[in-house]
Amino acid sequence: MRLPPGVSSADFADAIKQFQDAVGKEWVFTSDEDVDLYRDSYSPFWHEDEEPIPSAAVAPDGVEQVQAVVKIANKYKIPLWTISTGKNLGYGGSAPLLGSSVVLDLKRMDRILEVNDKNHYALVEPGVSYFDLYRYIQDNNLKVWIDPADPGWGSLIGNAVDRGGGRTPMRDHFDAHCGMEVVLPNGEVMRTGMGALPGSKTWQQYRYGFGPYVNGMFSQSNLGIVTKMGFWLFPEPEAYLTGTVSVPKRDDLGPLVAGLAYLMNSSIVLGTTSVASPLNFLRGDAELAALRAKPGGPSTQELEHYLQEKNMGYWSIELPFYGPAKVVAAQWEYAKEKFSGIEGATFKEGTLHRFPVDPKELPQFQNSVAVGIPSLSVFGVGGTRSEGHVWFSPIVPMTGEAVLEAQQVFADAYKEMGMSIGPLFFLGPASNYPRCFLVLFGFPIEHDVEKNKKNRENFKRLIKVAAEHGWGEYRTHTAFMETVMDTYSFNNHALRRFHETVKDALDPNGILSPGKCGIWPKSMRKASA
Amino acid sequence: MKNARVGLLLALSLMITAPAFAAPDQDQIEKGHKVYDKWCFPCHGTGLGKPGTDSLAARGQKPAVLEERTDLTVPAIKTFVRHGVLFMPMFRKTEVSDADLDAIAAYLTRNNKP
Ligand SMILES: Cc1cc2nc3c(=O)[nH]c(=O)nc-3n(C[C@H](O)[C@H](O)[C@H](O)COP(=O)(O)OP(=O)(O)OC[C@H]3O[C@@H](n4cnc5c(N)ncnc54)[C@H](O)[C@@H]3O)c2cc1C
Ligand code: HEC
Repeated sequence: MRLPPGVSSADFADAIKQFQDAVGKEWVFTSDEDVDLYRDSYSPFWHEDEEPIPSAAVAPDGVEQVQAVVKIANKYKIPLWTISTGKNLGYGGSAPLLGSSVVLDLKRMDRILEVNDKNHYALVEPGVSYFDLYRYIQDNNLKVWIDPADPGWGSLIGNAVDRGGGRTPMRDHFDAHCGMEVVLPNGEVMRTGMGALPGSKTWQQYRYGFGPYVNGMFSQSNLGIVTKMGFWLFPEPEAYLTGTVSVPKRDDLGPLVAGLAYLMNSSIVLGTTSVASPLNFLRGDAELAALRAKPGGPSTQELEHYLQEKNMGYWSIELPFYGPAKVVAAQWEYAKEKFSGIEGATFKEGTLHRFPVDPKELPQFQNSVAVGIPSLSVFGVGGTRSEGHVWFSPIVPMTGEAVLEAQQVFADAYKEMGMSIGPLFFLGPASNYPRCFLVLFGFPIEHDVEKNKKNRENFKRLIKVAAEHGWGEYRTHTAFMETVMDTYSFNNHALRRFHETVKDALDPNGILSPGKCGIWPKSMRKASA
Repeated sequence: MKNARVGLLLALSLMITAPAFAAPDQDQIEKGHKVYDKWCFPCHGTGLGKPGTDSLAARGQKPAVLEERTDLTVPAIKTFVRHGVLFMPMFRKTEVSDADLDAIAAYLTRNNKP
């Protein structure tokens, strides 16, 4: 059996016994066969000693059991790594950052405590997945939408505390939450916002409560275990309409994105869209390949001409509109007016869908997630032979200039690293979050030590290149958390030092998710470089 | 989701009190179908956007939909679910319990020739 760092085998055996008393024997996993199921299926460390494999897993069912586990962990100084549904594939899966931690698996806590379709919110436990909540809403005929992340088996809580994103107007998942219940590192339960007022009638309506607003400290953090969380839901809209704007020239990107930013920041477009170019999906076209093979590559004019011949724009954006049918039609009309200032802009209206949607219409949705219906179709994103990937996910400004710069900078970086863009894929720039673009690169994971080593080096290199240009990651795989936190270094790492001060005060034994986002408890902190 | 689980238990207990002329493992197959629908169908089902089915189809597997297969064996199914393959991750016991997995295996082998 693996042992958590610094814990004797006698102590660990005692702790395991106490965990069993707290949650029931069958919910403490210690055999290699069971514990191996907590490995990260998309680990960039396959077949390497460095892979952080847990020592055990404990699956409580209820907040009192979570408290009991935390108290035992404090007694023996055992590191716990919390997961809700543990589907954080691409960012660490269900595996801890620190090898031989004990995984605290909250999947069994899967109660839907309330769904309200008059004031549009839900209160759920960590094990509730998007599929679960969707089914519950359908079964009870409630007139609300959820906003799933692309993989529907993830949890509202796990995804939101990792600050994940979706596609509908509620797509910024942490921003959409209202009220938390948290087990603190000392085992005490705390409720935030209006939940701190006993008998509060507005825990899921008013976010802030009274005094400093602390909820952010429990996102991407190792300061607490979230055991309940409220979420604002979108009232089922009457209609959904998309309209695609295409522009002919490379230089049209500036005004195109400026128009998008205006529409989004004015709340006329509220949903995830991304800047697309046919040059991406025409990669296999022989004519384009010939142009690209020319010494020095094709000129912008040649590319523009090539696309013009095919009756295609250089860039396009598909705008999503949600709301009453009359309103979405008017919003699209207004958007067309806004973009008609770009010479040669063309417009294509999609089908107007009304809700509740006729199941026969479902196949027409390229991605049902955009209309609040969870799915796993996104797993096709890396191709049919993919063994998984880790996400490189920087945030760049929502401007045409920034997109062109990012494209150039990352293309150069790939070239320098001797990598072809071929096996990689590039998504976005997408508007999952307000006011900025998220760019996603999938780094393939393979069961090949040398390739993974090289990929890890390249990944770290990209983090640095991005930071040199003022772009930071919004989230990262456990393997790169330290490297990313290193780049958030303003004033001699003042932010990390602040986190460390708080960590030491709240979690003196360093039991909760050591190393999460580069924040280590005092006992494990390396002398700062 | 607990409510669904309670519903399932209820349904199962009703079946148990029903006359016992059903094939002995019919309950198991039905339970397997439900667990399969929850955990496997979104990748292995029919229709657009089913990446597991797409992957098997691209490999030339016929039929590509797992539920239509008659050649899967119980140990193979268990191995795939507990170890994963390509981008299919392995499943933990808090997601798919051993009993659930027995049921899935019964369901996916229901049409195998003896
Ligand atoms: C193909 C593909 C597409 C993806 N698309 C998206 C997407 O569209 N949007 C998106 O956001 N992500 C996406 N992801 C990433 C990821 O799969 C999802 O974010 C997923 O929802 C995260 O897993 P989870 O919900 O099970 O959370 P978990 O794995 O349970 O947890 C996520 C993180 O939060 C912490 N945590 C979990 N629960 C708690 C708790 N109760 N208290 C304190 N800390 C906790 C964990 O330590 C972990 O670091 C994608 C991944 C893949 C492979
Ligand atoms: C995220 C998508 C996904 C999910 C969910 C998923 N699978 Fe898979 N599955 C795959 C992929 C991809 C393959 C590999 C296909 C290939 O070899 O081309 C696969 C392969 C398999 C195979 C091997 C088939 C063969 O002939 O090689 C079995 C058996 C299987 N899955 C069973 C299951 C079961 C049972 C579940 C539910 C508990 C499940 N899968 C859930 C994606 C998934």
